[in-house]
Amino acid sequence: MAKKKKRLTPKQNVIKGLIKENPTFVLILGMCPTLGVTTSLENGLGMGLSVLFVLILTNTIISLIRNIVPSEIRIPVYIVVIALIVTMLEWLLQAYIPSLYASLGIFLPLIVVNCIILGRAEAYASDNTIFDSLFDAIGMGLGFTLGLSTLSFVRELFGTGSVQLLGFTLFEANVAASFLVQPAGAFLTLGLIIGIINTIKADKAKKKKAIMDIKIAAALKKKAEKVAALKAKEELANV
Amino acid sequence: MSDLLTLAFTSFLVQNIILSQFLGICSFLGVSNKRSKALGMGLAVFFVITLSGIVTWLIYYKILEPGGITFMRTIVFILVVAAMVQILEMAIKKFSPLLYGSLGVYLPLITTNCAVLGVALLNIQNNFTLSETVVFSAFTSLGYTAVIIIFSYIREQMLKAPIPEGFKGIPSGLIAASIMALLFKGFVGLI
Repeated sequence: MAKKKKRLTPKQNVIKGLIKENPTFVLILGMCPTLGVTTSLENGLGMGLSVLFVLILTNTIISLIRNIVPSEIRIPVYIVVIALIVTMLEWLLQAYIPSLYASLGIFLPLIVVNCIILGRAEAYASDNTIFDSLFDAIGMGLGFTLGLSTLSFVRELFGTGSVQLLGFTLFEANVAASFLVQPAGAFLTLGLIIGIINTIKADKAKKKKAIMDIKIAAALKKKAEKVAALKAKEELANV
Repeated sequence: MSDLLTLAFTSFLVQNIILSQFLGICSFLGVSNKRSKALGMGLAVFFVITLSGIVTWLIYYKILEPGGITFMRTIVFILVVAAMVQILEMAIKKFSPLLYGSLGVYLPLITTNCAVLGVALLNIQNNFTLSETVVFSAFTSLGYTAVIIIFSYIREQMLKAPIPEGFKGIPSGLIAASIMALLFKGFVGLI
């Protein structure tokens, strides 16, 4: 590790992936499955957890072999590792959850080219310990799951009128704008969510700056008062 | 023949790869902010998808299926795509330095463009014949190129618009893409 940054604790590492560097809303990675499978909460969750599974395994393995692989051929090696894990996941889902396998369709093998996975392998696992890489993977995977489930929740609720999970109806709304379940709705919903998050963030930054300004002003005032008081004292002493 | 024409039309407009299949979104959002970038990326993707579509089809039906190892397709396909990109890069560099100057930077990015692997997998999933594969791959990638170029014009105009601070860049781009997807939905009636 050449650049010795402050090491994050596991908890901070997970929160980083979940909120601060959320892959869907902040880093804007892995957009194809994000838009493609989020027509229902079940699919969104299934995709998110699949990516979590792959990410945990690939990040750990790549961190494990990071010192053996020559850096010239690291990307092809990473891609082969990722493709192997994804193939394994395909078998598992085909055998145990065939309905999810069918509804994720082509997006399941396409996890191989999901930018989050190669991105984390290259940017994090390739120069961090196994322990850190594992928690990075958990954070990023959960962040992706959170992003997908938020998006699919909104789309299913307002697109079909109710949110279903494992056969139960979780929420109901009195609207069914089928537009939202269609491709155009995916772009619109994601655009609006990211836009709103950015606006809130900008507001917060502004407020923080305003508070800082007030604090600085107050501190300056205090200092001036102190100086004035000292001066007054000195004058008194002189007199 | 008319079947092939229908397929060409469907894959080019109706089932457009970006706006209705959601493949290649990352590069779509990434390089569509400049016209010249969009053109370069579009052309590079066109070459890679068409070539790799044909090669993966041949490998699947001539090697994987007779060998009974079709479950290896994801690994084999991604390796083929990576190799194709590399070969294409070397070939273009050797034969047309001018073209290399404009396409060169986009080629390495294409390996992880999900449109490429996606089209290769769709060819197999839809049980296409070789001629159908050629038509599907070529027109799907042309659809990608067309949309990415049109979109780059829209985004250049959007730079001049008074968009709220939080919606600048990606969010407003996504909303514009949504309107474009609605427009492309209108092509459904054509067939």
